[in-house]
Amino acid sequence: MKFAIQVNEGPYQHQASDTAFQFAKAAIENGHEIMRVFFYHDGVNNASRFTLPPQDDRHVVNNWASLNIKDADGEPELVVCIAAALRRGMLDESEATKNSIEGNNLHPAFRISGLGQLIEAGIQSDRLVVFGD
Amino acid sequence: MLHTVNKSSFERNSLQTCLNTIDDSSVILFIEDGVINAANNTKSSMIADLATQGRVFALQGDVEARGISSKLADNIKLVDYAGFVDLVVKHGTAVSWV
Repeated sequence: MKFAIQVNEGPYQHQASDTAFQFAKAAIENGHEIMRVFFYHDGVNNASRFTLPPQDDRHVVNNWASLNIKDADGEPELVVCIAAALRRGMLDESEATKNSIEGNNLHPAFRISGLGQLIEAGIQSDRLVVFGD
Repeated sequence: MLHTVNKSSFERNSLQTCLNTIDDSSVILFIEDGVINAANNTKSSMIADLATQGRVFALQGDVEARGISSKLADNIKLVDYAGFVDLVVKHGTAVSWV
């Protein structure tokens, strides 16, 4: 079955991101497809490549990256809402350049896109599951 | 439909809102702090009838993390994350009460 997941909360503050990750992992292990994970609101903070938790703690960002969720062309399907991301200082190279800001912090396993991607995921998947707080 | 509840009813009234809303074929899964609702306490009367019908589930890892394994109300079914996935598959639309 084809799943889409929406994550509305950032890492480490609430359990939502951990639950969403464990759900996605279990779905894949049981033969299902995660066609997209959409990170919305504070959920965009799951995509920072500057995240450095203590060594004995789980690495939420790397956990998401390890699921290797991509489309048929190899493009990441860990999708970060652009409006939510930019206002929280989450930038990829293209947005940083466009806004004349030095540096960028989006993990390469993620991509920034618009809210239409959430709507599309809701239409194209068999199930959309929302995790928030 | 599957309804997930992730908050204790001591903290928010999302469980009550959920119970006011669901139809006869819906099931409830308690996750995160929502598993507190599965403990045998004054609030468990809210879900006793549904639990008797086998329509109340709780995520095992979250139950164990909160130390309430031995205090669960009657007829609560424990599931792991794979069981969570199976519930979503089986019951169609998943509604997240947050």
